[in-house]
This record gives sequence, C-alpha cells and structure tokens, in this order.
Amino acid sequence: MNRTADPSDHERMGTRALGILDELARPLILLPVAAVDRILTPIQKRVGIDKMGYFFVLPNLLIFGIFVLFPMLLNFYYAMTGGTKLFPEDRPFVGLDNFATLFDCDDFLSPNTCQEDLFWRGISNTIQFVVFQVSGIVFFSLVTALVLNRKIVARGFFRSVFFYPVLLSPVVVALIWKWVLQHEGVLNAIVEIFGAESKRWLLDTNWAMFWVVFVSVWALMGFYTLILLAGLQSIPPELYEASSIDGANHWQDFRFVTMPLLMPTMFVVLVLSLIRAVQMFDHIFVLTGGGPGTRTQLIVQYIYTTGFSNQIQLFGLSAAASMVLGISLLVLTLLQLRLGNQSSLA
Amino acid sequence: MRKFVAILVVLSMLLAAVPAFSQDMVELRIRWYDDGNEGEVLRDLLDRFEADNPDISVEIDTVPYRAILENLPLDLAAGEGPDMARVTDLGGLAEYYLDMTPYLSDPGYWEENFGPFLNWKRLPGDDSSIPGFMTQLTITGPFINRTLFEQAGIEVPSDMSDSVTWDEWAAASVAVAEALEIPYPMAMDRSGHRFAGPAISSGAMYFDDMGHPTVMDEGFRDMAERFVNWHLDGTMHPEMWPLSEGYAGANEEFANAELVFYMSGSWQVGQFSEQIGDAFDWQTVPNPCGPGGCTGMPGGAALVGIGATEHPEEVARVMEYLASQDVLGEFAARTLFIPAHAGLSASGVDFDTDLQLAKDSLGVFVGQVGTLEQTAFDLQAYAFNRALFDATRDRLTQAMVGELTLDEAIDRIQDDVDTALAEQG
Repeated sequence: MNRTADPSDHERMGTRALGILDELARPLILLPVAAVDRILTPIQKRVGIDKMGYFFVLPNLLIFGIFVLFPMLLNFYYAMTGGTKLFPEDRPFVGLDNFATLFDCDDFLSPNTCQEDLFWRGISNTIQFVVFQVSGIVFFSLVTALVLNRKIVARGFFRSVFFYPVLLSPVVVALIWKWVLQHEGVLNAIVEIFGAESKRWLLDTNWAMFWVVFVSVWALMGFYTLILLAGLQSIPPELYEASSIDGANHWQDFRFVTMPLLMPTMFVVLVLSLIRAVQMFDHIFVLTGGGPGTRTQLIVQYIYTTGFSNQIQLFGLSAAASMVLGISLLVLTLLQLRLGNQSSLA
Repeated sequence: MRKFVAILVVLSMLLAAVPAFSQDMVELRIRWYDDGNEGEVLRDLLDRFEADNPDISVEIDTVPYRAILENLPLDLAAGEGPDMARVTDLGGLAEYYLDMTPYLSDPGYWEENFGPFLNWKRLPGDDSSIPGFMTQLTITGPFINRTLFEQAGIEVPSDMSDSVTWDEWAAASVAVAEALEIPYPMAMDRSGHRFAGPAISSGAMYFDDMGHPTVMDEGFRDMAERFVNWHLDGTMHPEMWPLSEGYAGANEEFANAELVFYMSGSWQVGQFSEQIGDAFDWQTVPNPCGPGGCTGMPGGAALVGIGATEHPEEVARVMEYLASQDVLGEFAARTLFIPAHAGLSASGVDFDTDLQLAKDSLGVFVGQVGTLEQTAFDLQAYAFNRALFDATRDRLTQAMVGELTLDEAIDRIQDDVDTALAEQG
C-alpha cells in the first residue's frame, strides 16, 4: 500500500539533510577559522584589541595605496617634469611650467587665445556636456523610476528594457548610434518618410553635442533608474496612505513625501553621474571621435591624445591636465557633499 | 598506497623534465598588424622556417594598427617590447631597434639590397646599423572608379594628359558624381602623410634652410586652402576628416562604388583585389600635378629587431630568412606589396593574382617611384615626421569646421610641431 507523505515527513527529511550538510560543512568552516585564529590571537595579544581594526583594513589600504595613491603621487611628480622620456628619473624637473602652459591664456572664454587651445576647448565642452548630461540623466531616470514604480502592465519587462543598454559595451552602443545617425542612416530614412530633408546630424556642430549627450543618457540612465527605483521602494507605503487621508493629490504626494525621502538617493545619483560625466570618453570617442573638429572633444580625450596618441608624447602636460581635472572633480564632490549635508539638516 | 606514491614520483619527475626538454627551444614574438593577407602569408613562411629550424619558434601577435602607433612605443620605452615588430614610425622608434650587423652572416647583402631604406630606420648620425628590412614600399596615389566615368560619359582626365592637376581631377570627379548621383566625388585618407604628396606638388617645402620642419610657405597654404574648401563645398567626403579621430580611410565607400576618386596608396591593392575584384573597373592613376611636381609620398612598413630582445642571434636568423630574396619575393607576390629590395626591383615580381586590374594598379604605383620629389623622400626619412603629419591632420580638420581660420590652423600646426620638438630636445 502506498503511503502518502505528510508534512512532518518532509520536515524530518529536511532536518536530516541539513544535519548531514552541517556535519560536512562544519570542518570546512571550522578549519579555516581555527587557522585564522591561530594567526590573529598572537597579533592581538601583541598590538592590543583597540588597534586590531587597522590590521583588518590593511589589505584594502595596501591595494588602495598601490593602485590608487601611488599612481596619483606619480602623476603629481610627472606633472612637474618635462621632456618625453618615460621613466621618472630620466625626466627633467620643470616645477609648475606645465600648469603655466595650460593656463597661458589671454581670454579663457576664447580658446584660440590660449597656448593650449585644445585643453580649453576640452574644458568648455566638458562643462557643457556635464551640465546637460547630468541634468538629463537625473530627470529621465527619475521620471522612468516613478513610472516603473507604479503598477503598470508588463512592469518587469519595461524594467529590463530600460536597464538593457547598461549591459552593452560602450563601443557597441556608439556604433549602433553611429549607424542610426550617419547620413545614410536609419534616422534620415525616417525623416525622409515624413517629407523632411535629411541631415548630417553628427557633422553639425550644434547637433553633435546634442547627440553625444542623448546617446550617453540613453546608455547610462538604466543604471541610475535602478538606484532611484530602489530608493522609491524603500519609502514606507503608510506615508502615502497618511497623505491620502489628509487629502493630498499626486503632485503633493510627490512634492512632500516622495522627494524629501528620495533626496539621499538622488544625491548618490547626482554624485555618481557627475563623476562619470566628467570622465566620459568611450561613447564619444567612437561616435564622433571628438568631432566635428573638436566640438565634442572632452578633457579626458585631450589628456589621452597629449600623453599617448601623439608621436612626441607629452606626459608632463598630460599629467598636469589630469591633475586639473582631478582637483576640479574633488572640489565639485566636496561642494555637493556640503550641499547634501545642508539639505539633510534642513 | 606505495603504488600511489610511486606514480606521484614518476609524474613529478616527468613534469620536471618538460622544461629541460624545452630549454633548447627559443620562442620569439613578433608584434604585427595586418592591412590585408600579409599576416597569413608570414605565418606560412615562418612555419617553413620553424620546420627547418626546430630550435626557434616564432609567435605572431597581431594587434590593431593603432596599437602599433600608440602602445608599442610605450612598451619599448619600458623595455617590455617584443623581439621583432612591424612598424611604420620608422625613424621615430629608431632608438629601440636592434643593430643586427654582428649577428648577420652577410651584412653586405642588406646594404646592397635595402641600402636606400636603411636610413629611414636609423638615428641621425648613424649610417651603418642594420635594424631590419622593409616588408613593403608604399607609394601614395589615387584610385578611381573607371566604370563610373564610363557610365557618366566623362573622359578620364589622365587618358588625355600626362599631367593632370588636382583641380582638373576635382572638376571631373564632381561631374561624374553629379551625373550619377554618387554621394562622394573625392576622398583622401585622414592622414597628414597622404596630404603631404599633394602639398609638395603644390610647392610646399616642408623644411627651412636649417632643416627645421616648416609649413609656413605658399605651397603648403595653397593646397591646404584647396583641401579645406573641397570639404566645405562637398567635393571631398564631408564626414571622414571632421568626424574621425586619428587615421580614417574610405575603403568601404570606394568598394561600394559610392566614391569616384580616392587618394590613398599602394597597400590598398591587395584589399581591393579581395573586396572589389572585377565587380567594377578600379584603377590607379598617376599623382596629380602642381607647380612643385606630380608627387606622392613614399612610405612603408618595416620589420625590425628590437634592441631589448634576449635572443639577438635568433632574431637575426629569422630576419635573414625573411629578408632573403626568394622568401621576400614570395611574400611580395602573395601580398601584392611592392618590395623595397634592389634585387627584386631589378628582377621584377610576378604578383600572385589573376586580376589584371590589380597588376595594372601595381604597375602604375611602381612607375610612380621615379616621379617622387626629393622633398617627399626627405620628409619620409625625417624621424619626427608623424608629429608634423598629425598636427596637419588635426588642425586642418579644425579649419574645415570653422574652429580656426586657415591661417590660424597653419600657425597652430607650426606651433604644435615646434613645441613637441622643443620637448623632445
């Protein structure tokens, strides 16, 4: 006679299985713990428990020191040297000459009056790009997150669709859009269907900047949407219930509940997107090559070209430009942190 | 248990013996880039070398051309380079080359057959080192789509005259493009090297009396003005120069019959034979003329030994094999490259193609060698010519999109070159 298993059977089987696993796993866990304990206990006895924290962060500090701090210091040294030799000991010390070259300008708003005109074109283009791209990313990510947070049809599908471009290689993204925007491309085919005249979208100096902003927003907003979506989902639904009892409409919900509680997440999005925007290189390099002319050449491309692409590689000038970029980013981030702290205090 | 231990001991002894067996084998690495099928041909030739020389194994690391221009110099400066490399920045990297003279069985053969081109790979003041050999000699020059001329009912200018000017070619190309609604009348590789030939033909001197590079003359300005205007009025492919970074070519447009006249060079013959075949009549025409002559630019790529190699003798053996007349002749024949080898130039190369268009095209390029101006050879031999070429390319592009006036662009080219050379010291 077949006997039907009751829940208590499953429970017993499960407990037994866990017991076996536990028996198997225990030595796997305990052995390393014992080994680590054997190493750490004498150290703790010697340095004291208060200082053990330093010991634990040491591996991370070493990695940071070797791969971040040391290159930064080396870059600082390179910025103070001239010539074209690669090794620091072969390079003559020139003090602040490279910075003087970068800042040798009659009128900072007119790059043609500057000795390093391409540096100032890069600065000007970077500022424009950052303002429009970061604004675009924050705005469109927020709108998309708000929509995807609602109970709409095929919500999971749309969440995947908006995130999908983030998974693509920047080169692939840029090549796809280049194909769309070229003169014999998809966009002009559509434009012509509607009877309008086709255009060389990337050759027009004004449109070129628009399109590099558009493509980078398209490619990256999925990531920031995801962060904002997580922020929206962490807002307790009771607050919306309370506000609806108080008679608040959708706008008031957004203005007085959503936005204040989303501000810390918005701040994270703002800082991350700002840093990414200032460092932007890959999408633009493939899409326009920094052109037409230098219209979409950002500061990072200037650093790359000066230091690596030219036959006579000016590492010192390139390092000085990257220091200017690094310091600008640091100032911007500190400013944002300060503003963020002020708004959270308010 | 004893059996298990015995097996372990035998295995470990075997493993230990493997490096001992392979100690006699020297592995050499070549950093290489491909324009066409030359990597495949080289591999085939090296397989034969390895069969006859079991103590040497040669690995080819094929990289994009950009990596040869940008990454290889850094690797060489850091002492991390390969044993051999295919380079086009011939003089610019000369300080890193291996002088193979002491390791060669017959240095005289190299002087005799590669003599005129060895200077391109030497440092100033050096007149004796043998760092490598040219894998090909290149000549810049224009290709036309003859079929389009015929379809448009327009005479090919070079059929009527031996010295056609740039303006005449431009007018004819525009006429063909307009008649057949072809998108691009003309295109030129995005390269200062490609621009140099037309500029010299217009009278550009490129060097002042002291031998310092200069672009401050009427000849250069004349061609630069013409070239910028052709981009503005649509005679030249309007996107290729303004919307690219570094080198760009119009191979696809030409192969797709969207381009009438394409200023490029002899290294394209192999590619066009593959891509176009006889789908339409493509043809090389003599370089257009101006007051300074009818010149293109010589150039080419060289396979050089790298000074930091730990195996100079083996490098020299590989190079001797590859540079031997028979092997180099086969390489040239199968890749459709013009050999830079006196013996092969004298005997001629039976190019390995049934395509008459390719043979004719190579014939025209070989015939152009005699028309090259001395300035073109001097410029090619100048170690820092790429600084001049790159500045020309980038600053003229800025003039095309209105960021600089033509005079500002020319001033900037000169400033860029002067600044870079001052840093170089």
